[in-house]
Amino acid sequence: MSEGGASVSERPEAATAASGRAGLPPAIELRGINKSFGPVRANRDVSLVIQKGSIHGIVGENGAGKSTLMSILYGFYQADSGEVFVDGRKANIVSPDDAIAAGIGMVHQHFMLVDPFTVLENVVLGAEGGALLAEGKAKARSELQRLEHEYSLEVDIDAVVGDLSVGLRQRIEILKALYRGAETLILDEPTGVLTPQEADHLFRILASLKEQGKTIVLITHKLREIMAITDNVTVMRGGEVAANVATKDTDTEQLAELMVGRKVLLRVEKTPAQPTETVLTVTGLNVVDGAGVRRVKDVGFTVRAGEIVGIAGVAGNGQSELLEALAGIRQPASGHIRVRDQDISAEHAVDARGMRELGLGHVPEDRHRMGLVMPFAANESSILGYHYDPAYNGRIIMERQKIIDLCAAQMKAYDVRPDNPLLTSANFSGGNQQKIVVAREMERNPDLLLVGQPTRGVDIGAIEFIHRRLIEMRDAGKAVLLVSVELDEIMSLADRILVMFDGAIVGEVAQSEANEQVLGLMMAGVSPDAADEVA
Amino acid sequence: MAGAAANTGVPRWVAVGLLPVINLLAAFLVSGLVILAIGENPLRALAILLNGAFGYQEGIGFTLYFTTNFIFTGLAVAVAFHCGLFNIGGEGQATLGGLGVGLVLLYLDFLPFVLILPVAIAAAVVFGAAWSYLPGLLQAKRGSHVVITTIMFNFIASALMVYLLSQILIKPGQMSPESREVAQHTWMPFMHDIFPIARSPWNGSFIVALLACAFLWVFVWHTRWGYEIRTVGANASAAVYAGISPSRNIILAMVISGGLAGMLGVNEIMGVNHRLILNFSAGYGFVGIAVSLMGRNHPVGIVLASLLFGALFQGGADLAFEIPKITREMVVFIQGLVILFAGALEYLFWPFLVAVFGREADTALAAAE
Amino acid sequence: MMRTLLGAAAAATMFVASASWAQDVKPAVVFDMGGKFDKSFNEGIFNGAERFQKETGIEYRDAEVTAEAQREQFLRKFAQQGFDPVIAVGFAQGPALEKVATEFPDTRFSIIDMVVDLPNVQSIVFKEHEGSFLVGVLAAMASETGKVGFVGGMDIGLIRRFACGYEQGVKHVNADAEVYQNMTGTTPAAWNDPVKGGELAKSQFDRGADVVYAAAGGTGLGVLQAANDAGKLSIGVDSNQNYLHPGSVLTSMLKRVDVAAYNVYKTAADDTWAAGIQVLGLAEDGVGWALDDNNSALISDEMKATVTQVRQDIIDGKIAVHNYTDNNECSF
Repeated sequence: MSEGGASVSERPEAATAASGRAGLPPAIELRGINKSFGPVRANRDVSLVIQKGSIHGIVGENGAGKSTLMSILYGFYQADSGEVFVDGRKANIVSPDDAIAAGIGMVHQHFMLVDPFTVLENVVLGAEGGALLAEGKAKARSELQRLEHEYSLEVDIDAVVGDLSVGLRQRIEILKALYRGAETLILDEPTGVLTPQEADHLFRILASLKEQGKTIVLITHKLREIMAITDNVTVMRGGEVAANVATKDTDTEQLAELMVGRKVLLRVEKTPAQPTETVLTVTGLNVVDGAGVRRVKDVGFTVRAGEIVGIAGVAGNGQSELLEALAGIRQPASGHIRVRDQDISAEHAVDARGMRELGLGHVPEDRHRMGLVMPFAANESSILGYHYDPAYNGRIIMERQKIIDLCAAQMKAYDVRPDNPLLTSANFSGGNQQKIVVAREMERNPDLLLVGQPTRGVDIGAIEFIHRRLIEMRDAGKAVLLVSVELDEIMSLADRILVMFDGAIVGEVAQSEANEQVLGLMMAGVSPDAADEVA
Repeated sequence: MAGAAANTGVPRWVAVGLLPVINLLAAFLVSGLVILAIGENPLRALAILLNGAFGYQEGIGFTLYFTTNFIFTGLAVAVAFHCGLFNIGGEGQATLGGLGVGLVLLYLDFLPFVLILPVAIAAAVVFGAAWSYLPGLLQAKRGSHVVITTIMFNFIASALMVYLLSQILIKPGQMSPESREVAQHTWMPFMHDIFPIARSPWNGSFIVALLACAFLWVFVWHTRWGYEIRTVGANASAAVYAGISPSRNIILAMVISGGLAGMLGVNEIMGVNHRLILNFSAGYGFVGIAVSLMGRNHPVGIVLASLLFGALFQGGADLAFEIPKITREMVVFIQGLVILFAGALEYLFWPFLVAVFGREADTALAAAE
Repeated sequence: MMRTLLGAAAAATMFVASASWAQDVKPAVVFDMGGKFDKSFNEGIFNGAERFQKETGIEYRDAEVTAEAQREQFLRKFAQQGFDPVIAVGFAQGPALEKVATEFPDTRFSIIDMVVDLPNVQSIVFKEHEGSFLVGVLAAMASETGKVGFVGGMDIGLIRRFACGYEQGVKHVNADAEVYQNMTGTTPAAWNDPVKGGELAKSQFDRGADVVYAAAGGTGLGVLQAANDAGKLSIGVDSNQNYLHPGSVLTSMLKRVDVAAYNVYKTAADDTWAAGIQVLGLAEDGVGWALDDNNSALISDEMKATVTQVRQDIIDGKIAVHNYTDNNECSF
């Protein structure tokens, strides 16, 4: 084990002191880990024990220190102080190579794969075992087939990675780690990119890995996942361990409270909607993407002032394209979008700026790709889409101070931290970035608000805040269209729920009639009546 | 890169001030070793270089004359860069700009200077802009990469100039492909005509260059059009989301970039040569890339970097002049080292600076999910 | 042997060796854009200056121009620092020299290939037409087809002067001979396009020419190569290029810029330097034709006798060679 560079020394008393079930030493033990970046203490005296052959969850809000901790374990960072024990022996991990040699594998949130290479080539990448590729590949092929068989990780090992789905790519990452001899697997937010079905499949794989004696560390912010598959859970808050508990002894409310440090309202309180006139009417809308594929198929619906209409569906079923067409980012191929009296169609296309001028606000699905300009200062990001507003534009000169003041006011109203309009957008946490976007779009007082995945990658405190704001918008008489892949979010916020499957709307369900089973079946393309019967 | 500075918490002055200085010193150190190797005293060489660039009035004049050229081409590269474009067509755009200036001075010389000046500058801008409009249009509408098209347009510009100067604009009965000298009242005044200083090619174009810096600063950071260009450059998807047309801004940025490069023609044709000649762009367009890079695409940085390269050109010429063993190729080598360390190896010493000055800016970042 | 030229050089050497005025001169030279190792014009000057330095032990200083504005800068600098005499290489330095020479009336300047009319400037130009006449005579005598070619570099008056002198020489021997003329281009690039030079030569061979004269700088190397490949004869230019393709290069028209540079320094040291226009022709050994071991087999005794006679006739004024740039036409 030490041949890979990790120096591992015996430390018998630790092994006995922290031994887990059946007297085995724990797979990983961290003791008193401290890590500071300048004045900021990212990890503060963190100690935890991960039992061999268990699934161990680590939860915490953005910035709680869980990624830093795992980066230390995987050798990206060095701890300022503290000790790491692997299999009861002190390990000195100073690089990912050391971690791999110590039997620790990591599946990153963003996959580290080479798209034009085949699965096999990706797996042997960095572990070719000699100058001649053919020999290493032949060896890898038989080893991979064994691993696939053993852990039911079916992938066509000769497929080109670029052609595979996200779920399959994740399996390759797991295979890569196993191929390098990982006994402990760290998965960083593994379900963030998966459909519910793919997530289920992943959990089955993790369970089978556990049965084979592997140890799994699952980093996530989704409490339901923690409850579903982990044995033990560590809650982190502000760089410290808030709790180490057995999963069976806790529940989501308690975990949420531990994470945030106060009581959290997971359900949204709201009164029944009182919709008035129709603001948005969509009829026969078709959207074709750049590759010529029809992504939105004959979609029609309405949104009235004073209601939230939710669009549910598994990611990739046309919701994104629908939202972009409504926002003026994509032009419809055919059909009509009517905002109040204004008709928009392929013949009368309106761009995003034109749509805003019709009274539309848009919180985009992806704040990194669209919502913010990361290298810009926060105040510049806070006028994205409204940069032409005469409120801060002279004939030529933009009045920067007015923009900064505007941004500062929005930051205050939406509790953005730090409330510094001059700070670069990229330097805010995910939740605060999202608040900047939400503030920008809501404070313009739009008649129609399009909202895509408003709480993706956002911590619990911010989710609560954003949800409350959406309800307030509705109650103020705005029309809100909410697109989300989080069923919980749709069910708690939307007054009416539309389900999209394969570009078309499968059906509509009122909030009062919605339940997970019915919606789940509709998301798989089953019509509402049939879904009712099955349910 | 602002991003690199932001993510490591290194103080801003280290990133924008200390790092370039260290890179410069590294370049000088390597140059010094080479000078030592050919048996000359590097300290004496440095003294000659500095004295040549700043030690006497004529030298300063030459330094500032070169600086003027680099400001124009550096600004041109910077504005395109803010839109995410790499305009390496400064040479061709400058050539066309000079053609525009030359035509005005040759054929509109019945105008008084007060009219000639704005018309000539406008011609430089329009001709340079026209030459970058097509690459911009092709990039915006057809996705033809500007790096390819602008470099091809450099060759076309050079060929066009050769044709015009050898066939049409050449002074009759003259051997070299040059136009006649333009009327003296159309010349940009030399600084030594205005102030009591030694003769040098330093002329009024320098003031035009400083005004161009001020224009760029206002345009890029303090107008909604500059905001649009920067948005397209930083994140084209976000631009579309905001209703900003990437293609329109790509064309706009290229046109402004070409116009700025074209103004090099004001310095060279109206200010110094007073006739149309071949190859007056002389590589300034390419050095502009290094200038912009080193100046962090900011006008203040570009002026400083231009001054540096101006000093290297003038001090280097003096160096080759004073020490026969140091040939002009050697001077180009030293300039190349500066470009190498300041440009290609810009972050060579960065990890070291991070280790010394770094700290994480905020917790959110340190543990970013 | 290059009798005449070597004779002059030898005389100069003997003279210099015994002199003691050496300390009075601080010679300098400003090369033009091409740089001193351009294998052509600038390098010729460089060779002359080097020879002076070697023979006298007097060091000279040089500078190479990289930007238009530096011509004036360097000339002025040399003058300021007390260098004397200063050579300005090439006609492009004319305007700059005019300014600087006015500012420094006590400094002696020499400019090659250009006339600057100032009391302290010596302008050195060459009678390329005379040298070209001689090689034209040789070409006509060597030709079996009665058709000869000329490949020029950049189409300027200077090169037409070469062509016109050549044509006169050819017609002097054989009034019915045909002379094909081609210019490589109209820009400085035409000085360095050996591929096109070779193509032009080939097309002239196709039309029946069997001797071709290249007055085209680096382009000429392609012409000489093409002649060698086709088994034809060629004539080199400026320096002695006979050695490039022995047995194929008939001769070379020599333009002794090196001698000119050498003489500037020598006469300055000698205090015989004089301002004004120096036109170097056959009489002054400024131009000539090259005969050495590489081409002696190609030059028959009859040819040698004829060309020697013609040379003397030109020097004596019995043959008047028309200079193209006198009236910008080749009328004779």
